[in-house]
Amino acid sequence: MKKLRRRESAAERAASCARPSPDDLARAHPAPEGPARTHHGHDLAGRHRDHADGEVHHRHSHAATSAHPGHHHLLTVEGLHVSFRMYDEEAPYLAARQREVNVIDDLCISVHAGEIVAVVGASGSGKTLLADSILGLFEPNALVEGRIWFDGEEADAADLARLRGHGISLVPQSVRYLDPLMKVGNQVEGFAKGGSMPEVRARRRRLFERYGLEEDVAGMYPFQLSGGMARRVLLCCALMDEPRLIVADEPTPGLDLPLAVRAMDDFRAFADGGGGVLLITHDIELALRVADRIAVFKDGTVVEETAVANFASPALLRSAFARELWHALPEHGFEAPPDRRRGKDASRPAPSEGAPC
Amino acid sequence: MLEARGLTFGYGGGRPVLAGFDLQAGRGERVALSAPSGFGKTTICRLLAGYETPSAGEVLVDGAPLPRKGACPVQLIQQHPELAVDPRSRMEATLREAGEVQPELLERFGIRRAWMRRFPHELSGGEVQRFCIVRALMANPSYLVADEASTMLDALTQAQIWHALLAEADARDMGIVFVSHSPALTERIATRVVQMAS
Repeated sequence: MKKLRRRESAAERAASCARPSPDDLARAHPAPEGPARTHHGHDLAGRHRDHADGEVHHRHSHAATSAHPGHHHLLTVEGLHVSFRMYDEEAPYLAARQREVNVIDDLCISVHAGEIVAVVGASGSGKTLLADSILGLFEPNALVEGRIWFDGEEADAADLARLRGHGISLVPQSVRYLDPLMKVGNQVEGFAKGGSMPEVRARRRRLFERYGLEEDVAGMYPFQLSGGMARRVLLCCALMDEPRLIVADEPTPGLDLPLAVRAMDDFRAFADGGGGVLLITHDIELALRVADRIAVFKDGTVVEETAVANFASPALLRSAFARELWHALPEHGFEAPPDRRRGKDASRPAPSEGAPC
Repeated sequence: MLEARGLTFGYGGGRPVLAGFDLQAGRGERVALSAPSGFGKTTICRLLAGYETPSAGEVLVDGAPLPRKGACPVQLIQQHPELAVDPRSRMEATLREAGEVQPELLERFGIRRAWMRRFPHELSGGEVQRFCIVRALMANPSYLVADEASTMLDALTQAQIWHALLAEADARDMGIVFVSHSPALTERIATRVVQMAS
């Protein structure tokens, strides 16, 4: 690995997601030196120090737009583990014991203000669980460990629940999140942070107009909407409250291309205005249009975190899984790797293949 | 031949979503329906598979209307798999709705044994969709209607599932009508594209 890095020019290194060599790690996480010790690139006052573009610290890389206003990240997730306690599926019914099934393993990801970080990866790799963990939405049998900071403050489960809809907005994957018994116009207006009723209504109208939803849609119930319309309503819900961070879990399936592009452009505008977006998607093409960084997710952890530019060619991708993903795109080769075509799970990546997390 | 003749339909008898829609798809054909969001693609899929009854017009399979009893020869794979399965049934029970489970079919679509005893909310959207596809195939349809069947899948799984599905369709001489918003995917799969927008 070190050999590969030496062949890269400095410019290439700045553009690509640099996996930290031991030297990099030493620079970003200086060894304890008595009282001057810093932690995670913070100085003694806990402020985030300046760093170069492409530098790796906090166990992630940075893009040119990665800003640290207030000297901290907008969102930092460190060492997230999610497992589920469930009964042994193989054992007979009455003899079945509970066991823990690990779904997310030592996951680290950060979102800076002004940045879109796309999480792409296999379905079933835990992408939605990452979103749920950030929103503090936990299944009763889930065991969640790890640390999450939002806007510089460490948040526990109660904080995350409080922030939900008041700083962090979710665009959920499932259209089931809409209340089936409430007209969608009222649902969207309910997400407003405050303001008088006419203001809220006017804001909702503007959002509906922007996404090509006619005014009579506001009086409809979710079951009367098409899949794409329901997606647009969910998007409007998230944009109603003026959040700092949007966690968008597969926001575009069912949207036709112009609408999906408009949604992406809105995320970009939101990020350019100082917000952060964690965009969970399988649509790599769309993610590449707007994202600053891409984290490739597999089997519950990030196997590669890379600059968007590296998806131009498979040769620039480090992990085998990211390259497979590239080749599987309909516009590239539509190839299913042989071990997957047989329906077996590709084995977990070797530790050396993983990202610095 | 799967035929739609003059389909007209409005939900709850209301304003028609569709008026006089015609479509023909032969066995071995893969027809893509293309239209903007909210145009009625899902409604057409539901009508073709007998989930809704048209207020005018008819759906014919090899010249005969859809049967009222037994498995429908036109099977639908829905856009939102989580809404297509019983939330209180384990996946194995969901599969058995269509008869005896065929292990080699499960393997072809990458369904792990461990998933069989789970409830749908314990699986990802893409994993539930695999079950829905296998359940549809177990009913031995002559035609498969796939409504955005792979939109919630990652690129790898999408390629894997479509390869498996196309192989099944070839082996069974099955016709496919599908909806996708991805021009690249449509390009890969379709033998014919039907543009609904004027």
